[in-house]
Amino acid sequence: MEIFNNILIYFVIVPLLTLLGLALCSNKGIGAIRAVAVAGATVLVALAGYLVYLFLQARGAGDTSEMILRSEVMWYAPLNVKLALGVDGVSVVMILLSAFIVFAGVFASWKMNPLPKQFFLWFYLLSTGVFGFFISIDLFTMFMFYEVALIPMYLLIGVWGSGNKNYSAMKLTLMLMGGSAFLMLGIIGIYFHSSADGNWTMNILEIAQNDAIPHQWQMWLFPLTFIGFGVLGAMFPFHTWSPDGHASAPTAVSMLHAGVLMKLGGYGCFRIAIYLMPFAAQQLGWIFLTLTGISIVYGAFSACVQTDLKYINAYSSVSHCGMVLFAILMFNTTAMTGAVLQMLSHGLMTALFFALIGMIYGRTHTRDIRDMGGMMQIMPYLGVGYVIAGLASLGLPGLSGFVAEMTIFVGSYMHSDVFHRVLTIAATCSIVITAVYILRVVGKLLFGEVQNEHHRELTDASWEERLSTATLILAVAIIGCFPNFFVNIISDSFLPIVGALENAARAAGMM
Amino acid sequence: MPLSYTIAVIAIPLLMFLFLGLVGVKMNKKVTGVLGVCGMLITTILAYGVALTYFFGTGEGQMVDGVRKAVTVFNPDWLSFSDQLVVRMGIMLDPIAAMMLVVICTVSLMVHLYSLGYMCDHHGNAEKGFQRYYAFLALFTFSMLGLVVATNLFQIFIFFEMVGVSSYLLIGFYYTSPAAIHASKKAFIVTRLADLFFLVGILILSFYTQTFDFFGNDVNGIMGMLDDPQASLAQAGTTTFMGCSAMAWALTFIFIGGAGKSAMYPLHIWLPDAMEGPTPVSALIHAATMVVAGVYLVARLFPLYVLVQGAMDIICVVGAFTAFYAAAIACVQSDIKRALAFSTISQIAFMMTSLAVSSANGQLIEIHGGYGLGYMASMFHLFTHAMFKALLFLCAGAIIHAVHSNENDKMHGLHKYMPITSIAFLIGCLAIAGIPPFAGFWSKDEILVAAYEKGLGWGLWMSMVAGMTAFYMFRIYFLIFHWKKHEIHTEHAPADQPWTMTLPLIILATISIVAGFVPAANLVTWDGAPLHTQLNWTVACSSVLIACVGIGLAFKMYYKENALPERMANSCRGLWTAAYKRFYMDELYQFITHKVIFQGICKPIAKFDRAIIDGFFNMLAQVTNQTSFGIRKLQSGSIQSYVYFYLIGALLLAGITMACVLL
Repeated sequence: MEIFNNILIYFVIVPLLTLLGLALCSNKGIGAIRAVAVAGATVLVALAGYLVYLFLQARGAGDTSEMILRSEVMWYAPLNVKLALGVDGVSVVMILLSAFIVFAGVFASWKMNPLPKQFFLWFYLLSTGVFGFFISIDLFTMFMFYEVALIPMYLLIGVWGSGNKNYSAMKLTLMLMGGSAFLMLGIIGIYFHSSADGNWTMNILEIAQNDAIPHQWQMWLFPLTFIGFGVLGAMFPFHTWSPDGHASAPTAVSMLHAGVLMKLGGYGCFRIAIYLMPFAAQQLGWIFLTLTGISIVYGAFSACVQTDLKYINAYSSVSHCGMVLFAILMFNTTAMTGAVLQMLSHGLMTALFFALIGMIYGRTHTRDIRDMGGMMQIMPYLGVGYVIAGLASLGLPGLSGFVAEMTIFVGSYMHSDVFHRVLTIAATCSIVITAVYILRVVGKLLFGEVQNEHHRELTDASWEERLSTATLILAVAIIGCFPNFFVNIISDSFLPIVGALENAARAAGMM
Repeated sequence: MPLSYTIAVIAIPLLMFLFLGLVGVKMNKKVTGVLGVCGMLITTILAYGVALTYFFGTGEGQMVDGVRKAVTVFNPDWLSFSDQLVVRMGIMLDPIAAMMLVVICTVSLMVHLYSLGYMCDHHGNAEKGFQRYYAFLALFTFSMLGLVVATNLFQIFIFFEMVGVSSYLLIGFYYTSPAAIHASKKAFIVTRLADLFFLVGILILSFYTQTFDFFGNDVNGIMGMLDDPQASLAQAGTTTFMGCSAMAWALTFIFIGGAGKSAMYPLHIWLPDAMEGPTPVSALIHAATMVVAGVYLVARLFPLYVLVQGAMDIICVVGAFTAFYAAAIACVQSDIKRALAFSTISQIAFMMTSLAVSSANGQLIEIHGGYGLGYMASMFHLFTHAMFKALLFLCAGAIIHAVHSNENDKMHGLHKYMPITSIAFLIGCLAIAGIPPFAGFWSKDEILVAAYEKGLGWGLWMSMVAGMTAFYMFRIYFLIFHWKKHEIHTEHAPADQPWTMTLPLIILATISIVAGFVPAANLVTWDGAPLHTQLNWTVACSSVLIACVGIGLAFKMYYKENALPERMANSCRGLWTAAYKRFYMDELYQFITHKVIFQGICKPIAKFDRAIIDGFFNMLAQVTNQTSFGIRKLQSGSIQSYVYFYLIGALLLAGITMACVLL
């Protein structure tokens, strides 16, 4: 078939083949399982790198179309559902991010016990969903892949988790499913208004082209889809699944979840909610902007008093992901580019954090910072990694967090409306609060005297742990040192979306 | 030497950091130290070459009609926010940047060399983390150099953050000591708070100017907009928000950013605590270089500040108050590093005030036909202060290394044991007190002239602070080296330290003697044109007289052991205690951070999150659960009840149908 000539489809096929390979492994053969898992992840990283190359080449050759590498196959003709593929700059970098995190995640779950084979099976099913979501431009397939990514979460947390895992798994799944319900309603609504002449379609580009959704319908569909994705993006007040879910999830799942899955939320918000309903976005944006503004400060303040390492990072994620949605709602290219940079940055550094926390927890069997101290003397490699992750999180120049946050702040402050600018200044306060909670945990966990004498016998990182963390640190540093490379890939992708928003504003007489 | 060599000046410390940080940890400690010193030596030589070329050469466009112009060596894009608004990472040389290169490299080289001896115990074994120490020193040097050669405001902000982190890492070098951890955290968070204001200031300013660059390449930079009434900068001056122009807001916020780094009241509280770091670090970062970053920032934007008199007035008042406040505290401190830290705060406040007294009513004040004397004096004082304050700190380090204590009651009478250190310290004290011909006299004199020109009140106030400076410095000197015979507390008697530590003292002492003769008025002025200054004999004589009074008082009270200081402290016990406790500013901050922010905001929010928001979703789940339990009873599996419900349903339907048919 013609679609197999498109490199994008292999982002789904490779994880599926890995799944197959894992299924053929015996339960006991941990070596074989690891080999298959690593092979799959390596191929994905290579593919993602090649995709970036293809994208740059296409753009360099003067291809200015909105999406490149497009192809589609009819899947279900009566509803006009297709498997439609295509990527723009944002999808490309998100795919690259996902590949990196899957790679690091495999090494972080090297000693997964019990049932390693089943763990990796679900892990790769989740990855299939994630990659599928980013390569699709058809609402139906996007939604399908979205669900594929969510469901394995329940088992991954319920079976391999720790602490109050049943409660957390249930809570996380139910809340995200609640979001999906809103989303499905929204998608159905969009479908039935997707064109003026009755040739209904699920293809995002065509819907945006038709621009046929009536304004009064947009006012319903925008909140439905935005909240649907916002739940996954940990938007206040729908964020409470995140602390419990992260706390109970095993390391690699936390990494994948915070690193990639939460990005599906932000991605969906602008690709579907804002792009397809620009009029309502202009009208109702301020409500969600206020909510995300609250997320930013609220998450940061909440993180200040937590004592469980994972809770600290979960609340910090609420704050950082709030910033993603906040920037998206500023409706200009700079802020939205910042949002994508923040997705990349948050994905990598949170994955790094969760990997390190997992490694520390695997040794000390506690995540309570009050029971730990002086870890820097015992495990210097992990300690230095934690400090670097912390500095990235509080926005040290040269690491990714700074670049992302500054692009967001500068972009948001470009907004012509005073309300938006004041809100931006309020959001900038988070950089101080972030410093407070990061330094608090670094001071308590790593510095000072060793609290528990038994900890003195613990060992520093093993080779696979070093590889996993070093990959992520390197990625964080590359984004932080050479941001323009990424900005150039990302920023043009927002021109159609910003264009649609401006048209809507002009139509409504706001400009 | 071509000015493009500045790139190497910046790059070598960065490479040193990466090398020492990644590879050096596995290497021999001494080797890494020597490597660090060599790297720094090369950097220093290059920096001197570049600075001399800039000041005295003419080949690269630095001199146009007898006026020194800023030269942009290179300026590549780093991060594009939009087509216009681009953050560049470049190198720009102008008089103050070139001067700062010299200051930073000199002090940094001295500190690198000195640390070879200081970071070892008495048997000459290097301390734990020796390599890490040198890596961080290199990182700091890189960040500070990057800051001073910045071509745009955003680059300054970036390096502001970088020096903040280097300072955090070095203050917390002894990371097992709770005091060091606390101090490093405090320093970072206080300066971060100030940086937040700086950031907001940049956002506001760039919203109007649409550029961060000082001097643009293709588009106009901020400085280029000054003379253009049509420029967007003029719009920033007229747009008002809450009664003040956007420009005034932006510049005040940027000043707050600088005030955080430069430890102006009330953001000074981190600096005394930062003395928990190794003493050479205090000399480099917390006396000579990083703490003047705020002064440098205001000097960088000086032409803008002149336009907004409101912002200048704030700087003036804050500076003058801080100078007095810190000097008052320095008079009673018993820990020598803390006393020196307050002295640093006071001296930096001198520089700030000096910048601010240059203008009145939005115009520069004319003195002897020249403009901006205060600016020149401030930069000159920055230069001389860096030298003698680094000297004083390094002497203090030598003393601390010898007696293993920071408290001056463990010292006393050290002159006999450590003669070289004693003389070096005396030179530093004479310089800071403003006794001719030592360096401090020349620069402080210019500041006082500028202050008297602004107004008699400002001049008298600053003269008084200068007198206090002489008093507290000589109080420290006499208490350390005289007062009474030294009691030996450790197993070996204190003595002068090895040559690695003594040589920097001798070099810096020499510079402190001669630095006053640098023709700063010809080299470092706000517009690049030479400024003609002459010694104002009234001011000079009176300030020397005041300094002598201060020294005399200190001599009377502290040269020989006597009860006078104790009697004076008792006569105003309340004031003395308040000053000793630094006027309770730390307690106030403690209250605000712990009681108000932590207990009053963070905890309630976290509780609210768990109880209300999470509680709501849990309640939803509970309600669903209860409802399904209720409905479950319908599916009981008993045939009787099914038939019963079936019959009721059938009868109801039949009834409704009947009713419909009949009616």
